[in-house]
Amino acid sequence: MSILINKDTKVLVQGITGKIGNFHTEEMIEYGTNIVGGVTPGKGGETTHGVPVFNTVKEAVEATGAEASIVMVPPPFAADSIMEAADGRIEFCVAITDGIPAQDMIRVKRYMRRYPREKRMRLTGPNCAGTITPGEALLGIMPGHIYTPGKVGIVGRSGTLGYEAASQMSALGIGVSTSVGIGGDPINGSSFRDILQLFEEDPGTEAVVMIGEIGGPQEAEAAEFVRDHMSKPVIVYIAGLTAPKGKTMGHAGAIISAFGESASEKVEILRDVGAAIAESPSDIGNTVERVLKAA
Amino acid sequence: MDIHEYQAKEILSSFGVQVPRGGLAYSPEQAAYRAREIGGNKWIVKAQVHTGGRGKAGGIRVCTDENQVEEEAGDLFGKRLVTNQTGPEGKVIYRVYVEGGVAIQSELYLGFVLDRKSERVMLVASASGGMEIEEISAKKPETIVRCSIEPAVGMQEFQAREVAFQLGLAPALIQQAASTMMGSYKAFKELDATMLEINPLVITEENEIFALDAKMTFDDNALFRHLEISELRDKSQEDPRETQAADRGLNYVGLEGDIGCIVNGAGLAMATMDTIKLAGGEPSNFLDIGGGATPKRVAQAFRLVMSDKNVKAVLVNIFAGINRCDWVAQGIIEAIEKEPLDVPLIVRLAGTNVDEGRKILAESGLSIIHATTLAEAAQRAVTASQNSAKHNVRLVAS
Repeated sequence: MSILINKDTKVLVQGITGKIGNFHTEEMIEYGTNIVGGVTPGKGGETTHGVPVFNTVKEAVEATGAEASIVMVPPPFAADSIMEAADGRIEFCVAITDGIPAQDMIRVKRYMRRYPREKRMRLTGPNCAGTITPGEALLGIMPGHIYTPGKVGIVGRSGTLGYEAASQMSALGIGVSTSVGIGGDPINGSSFRDILQLFEEDPGTEAVVMIGEIGGPQEAEAAEFVRDHMSKPVIVYIAGLTAPKGKTMGHAGAIISAFGESASEKVEILRDVGAAIAESPSDIGNTVERVLKAA
Repeated sequence: MDIHEYQAKEILSSFGVQVPRGGLAYSPEQAAYRAREIGGNKWIVKAQVHTGGRGKAGGIRVCTDENQVEEEAGDLFGKRLVTNQTGPEGKVIYRVYVEGGVAIQSELYLGFVLDRKSERVMLVASASGGMEIEEISAKKPETIVRCSIEPAVGMQEFQAREVAFQLGLAPALIQQAASTMMGSYKAFKELDATMLEINPLVITEENEIFALDAKMTFDDNALFRHLEISELRDKSQEDPRETQAADRGLNYVGLEGDIGCIVNGAGLAMATMDTIKLAGGEPSNFLDIGGGATPKRVAQAFRLVMSDKNVKAVLVNIFAGINRCDWVAQGIIEAIEKEPLDVPLIVRLAGTNVDEGRKILAESGLSIIHATTLAEAAQRAVTASQNSAKHNVRLVAS
């Protein structure tokens, strides 16, 4: 079992004819993802990678029955593409694009609220590496081969740090149910809390690795959820112990600007609710192994 | 991106916010001339540097005649202003702003932020202006008024009035305060700001409302649609290494330690710094070279890291996803062949084509210290940096 995507999920690529869209479409198809079409306004009617290209998301959904989409559109146009997906009845959208203005994301989040919760599109990202259900489907830009199928969920902001965790786990023979990137931007589609809830409800997931970082309130919100609703063990690493206050550390959202936003404060909040803390990023795999043995 | 006080005031003024008469100066003579233009018998000479806390650090001088304006400006120019926000290196003063003095009755605080919790723009105000917002929330939290702004319709007049009444302003001042708030909000919204702070916002003895100080920060990701804001960038106020990096599409933050870091991905870069710290060392920088670590990019990264003279060892940590380790290895070799390193180099490669990458490095004849895990890499970097302080190891192709 898995969350969000599996081998049957029908996927659209928004921006399929762009350089990045083109490259990663091939990688995703190779991994086994069920890509059913792409969208590039003005290129409707063409075929690429053996799938049809459409002018609009609505046309594409009607013709292919697509349920999910991945947005690889340049930053000035990406917010518009995400809203088009939401309006086109896409259920799950992964926004890869890095560099979307924060106020555009505020608009996107507001726009999505026009749909009742049960019909609302689930968005992850932007500025994320994507989501993978190992052995089934890849909706993102990560190297699929480092993930082994299994029963531990991963949710994190960072791409490469997520790879680090997955490969440490693979080396210890621990597999992944689904790995979800929520992205490094200050305003994002899904929070840690949202994804923890999906893992808690997924019978195929036995434990969750959560990889947070400095900046923002989402790790603290996740801690409340862990305390009140999680029955499965949660293993946590928070990056940025050495990050100075007030400096943006690569990700637009990775900046300590308020009380409770530093790595050490987040670690303490999560330790208090019973999460297993990996003190060092090189201990993520070991900590998961220890927790699974104790369970 | 940050801008200067005088620039923020020009922007706010164009959105209907009242500011005192003032003028910019690049020399003491210009400062005196500005004072004469402004008129009156009291002027404030203010250092234009990208930091708060200027007053306490001596960057703001009150003057009562034109000669004094010239003298004080002369004292400020070229000085390195060290405030509680700049770090020990401070910021150099190249511009001063001369402003006419106003008779202050009371000081307020007005700010707008992107609130990450509500995912909306939030107005924050207090009747206890003049101190930093952190201090207000610690000492007088009961004076803080917040107002969340609905993104679909933007801020409404009634909200501004409500805030003004909550601040306890006299009825005659409500309209003026509301238009100050509405103007500030419009500037924030239309120009893609991420932070706007007017502190203090003052009520004068003549019952007028003026922005006495102003700070604005803009969303770097939105600068593509605001050329007029991009032009306000002042590179003299940035860490030159960060500027150099940003101009090359790299993400660099200088730190105090002595182990240089070259990493792909922001999260992994922070994690690498943390591991160094846990191994007993101190990182000299944060550096994310991004997804496409081409030989050119790797070479630029080495140059940037080595421009910090404290660096005693360099740790390269690459987890290749889209990248390939063999390309990265090639990049490292090309970079070092062009500009030999005189400190130990520790390389940890992982991910796509890792075996090929390691083989290329091993066969290069360069005395690179290899590591397979992150912990091992950090430990070796710390040891190497300690040894390198004693022996000057030179890394060249044999």
